[in-house]
Amino acid sequence: MANMNPNKCPMPEQDPNVRNKNFEEVALGYTPEIAIEEAQRCLNCKHKPCIDGCPVGVKIPEFIALVAEGKFIEAAAKIKETSALPAVCGRVCPQESQCESKCVRGIKGEPVAIGRLERFVADYAMANDTTEITVPEQNGHKVAVVGAGPAGLTCAGDLARLGYKVTVFEVLHTAGGVLMYGIPEFRLPKSIVQREIDNLKAMGVEFILNFVVGRSETIDDLLADGYEAIFVGSGAGLPSFMNVPGENYNGVYSANEYLTRVNLMKAYKEDSATPILRAKRVAVVGGGNVAMDAARSAKRMGAEEVYIVYRRGESELPARLEEIHHAKEEGIIFKFLTAPLEVIGDDETYMVKGLKCQQMELGEPDESGRRRPIPVEGSEFVIDLDAVIVSIGTSPNPLIRSTTPGLDTNKRGCIVADEETGLTSKEGVFAGGDAVTGAATVILAMGAGKKAAAAMHEYIQNKNK
Amino acid sequence: MYQILKKKTLNSNTKLMVIDAPFVAKKAQPGQFIILRVDEDGERIPLTIAEYDRENGYVTIIFQEVGATTKKLGLLNEGDCLHDFVGPLGVASELEGLKKVAVVGGGLGCAIAYPQAKALHEMGAEVDLIAGFRNKDIVILEDEMRAASTNLYIMTDDGSNGHKGFVTDALKKLIEEGKQYDAVIAIGPMIMMKFVSETTRPYGIKTIVSMNATMVDGTGMCGCCRLTVNGETKFACVDGPDFDGHQVDFDESMRRSAMYKAQEKEAVEHHECNLHKMEVK
Ligand SMILES: Cc1cc2nc3c(=O)[nH]c(=O)nc-3n(C[C@H](O)[C@H](O)[C@H](O)COP(=O)(O)OP(=O)(O)OC[C@H]3O[C@@H](n4cnc5c(N)ncnc54)[C@H](O)[C@@H]3O)c2cc1C
Ligand SMILES: Cc1cc2nc3c(=O)[nH]c(=O)nc-3n(C[C@H](O)[C@H](O)[C@H](O)COP(=O)(O)OP(=O)(O)OC[C@H]3O[C@@H](n4cnc5c(N)ncnc54)[C@H](O)[C@@H]3O)c2cc1C
Ligand code: SF4
Ligand code: FES
Repeated sequence: MANMNPNKCPMPEQDPNVRNKNFEEVALGYTPEIAIEEAQRCLNCKHKPCIDGCPVGVKIPEFIALVAEGKFIEAAAKIKETSALPAVCGRVCPQESQCESKCVRGIKGEPVAIGRLERFVADYAMANDTTEITVPEQNGHKVAVVGAGPAGLTCAGDLARLGYKVTVFEVLHTAGGVLMYGIPEFRLPKSIVQREIDNLKAMGVEFILNFVVGRSETIDDLLADGYEAIFVGSGAGLPSFMNVPGENYNGVYSANEYLTRVNLMKAYKEDSATPILRAKRVAVVGGGNVAMDAARSAKRMGAEEVYIVYRRGESELPARLEEIHHAKEEGIIFKFLTAPLEVIGDDETYMVKGLKCQQMELGEPDESGRRRPIPVEGSEFVIDLDAVIVSIGTSPNPLIRSTTPGLDTNKRGCIVADEETGLTSKEGVFAGGDAVTGAATVILAMGAGKKAAAAMHEYIQNKNK
Repeated sequence: MYQILKKKTLNSNTKLMVIDAPFVAKKAQPGQFIILRVDEDGERIPLTIAEYDRENGYVTIIFQEVGATTKKLGLLNEGDCLHDFVGPLGVASELEGLKKVAVVGGGLGCAIAYPQAKALHEMGAEVDLIAGFRNKDIVILEDEMRAASTNLYIMTDDGSNGHKGFVTDALKKLIEEGKQYDAVIAIGPMIMMKFVSETTRPYGIKTIVSMNATMVDGTGMCGCCRLTVNGETKFACVDGPDFDGHQVDFDESMRRSAMYKAQEKEAVEHHECNLHKMEVK
């Protein structure tokens, strides 16, 4: 008999007023007992609506049934059939708009906590699965992957399993992409990402770090070096700024810069070599996951007041629900329907002093279907601050498109690639993830890496027939 | 790993190192730079590619020990390895078609300007190299600069080498004597580049400056290196480091690069304190 409790088993978490001062993980994870109890809420529906909500089609009811039986390692293997990074996705996927939004249990009460169960089995398997990873039998073909984010890592893993000699080229000094430099430790511990990378290495994937594709070598050079197919998963790392006056005062950061200093360069550690402003009053402009991460990081770096300044209303916030909820618990102050007009600085010190904002109200729906914010006359006000973090989006870096003749991109600078295969306009070159879609999600990047790996395999087989 | 093959002291606080970095050497061009980390968890710092040897895969860097990271770098020796070394980064200098050029270097900027001067000289251009130093004891690369130029003018602030004055004085004199430069390339402290740009502006001589903004990734990912050029925001690491000196907002850039002064000073003190601890042990 199913567990008919209308609510999810709660996630054990660090207390908000303790965790907003440390960088340790917020959510502590289910215990085996809680996991089994939660798994028993699943009705094992015949028509499996939850799977339709998953971009990579994880066999959700099947893995949950295994959890209910206490077969955690088998459950992890079931997820791994279609998803490469469950420990990551269990933590960062927007489940409320994907699998859990379709869950039958959500009609009357809360859906099954699919994400929390996914995270539990992945962590359990990581800690308890003793199967040795071995180098698969080699097929004698070599391929290259550009960028070591979730798209690139997934593609590399699938191709390695098929016997390819895979080389991953990454410009930063650490593999992992946004998972390493963007998403903070308290939401996604770096040791989990590192574990996935180490597993790929154990499978024979070679990582060449500090390698700028487009400068160290171009895509054409790599093709000439004998890589039979190339996957470009270079992400969308170029930050946009607001283009308002005062944006170059000291103390105005892009979210990428702030998070990179904190995460990748470890400015959160006392003895870090990386300088960062220990601001007391911070505003983060934007409302996505990136903005929540920046705000919560700033709080942990010692800020007393941290604002989220967002142009639209609360229901339009693009961030995951859980992040918004956690941010509020940690004392982040939300300023909705507020648009930044100007950064005010001190001309003596050149440091930020405040952010001049304008109140907005909601008008008619725009192209995106959301009601367009329109300014309220005479409603300007200033928030006193010493740092502003701009988190209004990113786009693909122009480096690869400007150095790869024959690679088509669209007007937003994204690489044009077939949705099913990742094939681009250039022979032998495939692409996926944020580099193709613009800033999106980990699961979509992973899915694109998977599809491209299959297509690259087919392409190389056909070519060598 | 990126091994230090050669280390040479150029003056009391300036050192040269040759690094084994074939992927950087393969495509390096004058005007480009690298980013290195001395050790795990170290800071990423940008340094210009002073010279490269494609055949052997070597890259030369020249650096002044100004803060914690450059001091730590200076303590390494031949045979040691750098943790990270990435490049070439940035856009190569556009030297094509230049026939008559004044290259102006200020202090350490001479090391950064040297590859441009050398490339121009090898292309057959007439190169007047004006190098400025505070005094004669800190003059670096004199033989190299002489070999890479048609005329070399070394100026010292205190006149200790017999030529007292700023590089702008020398430049102005040459222009007024009737030298018709296709371009002036100025590399050094921002304040020097600003004054060189002001010197050439009335004559309408194209002036290229190399903006050494503060950087993190050096690949266009963070915007830390942004500056205003002709009213537009540019990223020094990917749009530069070379820019038109007549369009750069130097005052803003100078103030931006001073942002972490206090913290950097602290880092040096911390570092020296650690060094001290090491000696005591
Ligand atoms: C702060 C933050 C929080 C986020 N939170 C979430 C979340 O909660 N849930 C979610 O689903 N998504 C989240 N996202 C989005 C998600 O992280 C991205 O959609 C995903 O990482 C995209 O993966 P990718 O592999 O396409 O690109 P990336 O992760 O960006 O990786 C691209 C890699 O390519 C490298 N590269 C780029 N150019 C070159 C080159 N020329 N040569 C060599 N290497 C190169 C980059 O250094 C990088 O390592 C967040 C993003 C950020 C920034
Ligand atoms: C594209 C580029 C090329 C460069 N090429 C060279 C080079 O070939 N040789 C070399 O010695 N240096 C070069 N620099 C400057 C070099 O990167 C800095 O000196 C270095 O980062 C200082 O690090 P640190 O930790 O030792 O000192 P910090 O503690 O960071 O700084 C110490 C002092 O130096 C000043 N400073 C820091 N960064 C810069 C900078 N970018 N420009 C000017 N002053 C700065 C600080 O304000 C401070 O007063 C270059 C910079 C850029 C952006
Ligand atoms: S929709 Fe919900 S209850 Fe039904 S199978 Fe999926 S997770 Fe279980
Ligand atoms: S250094 Fe980060 S964008 Fe230039």
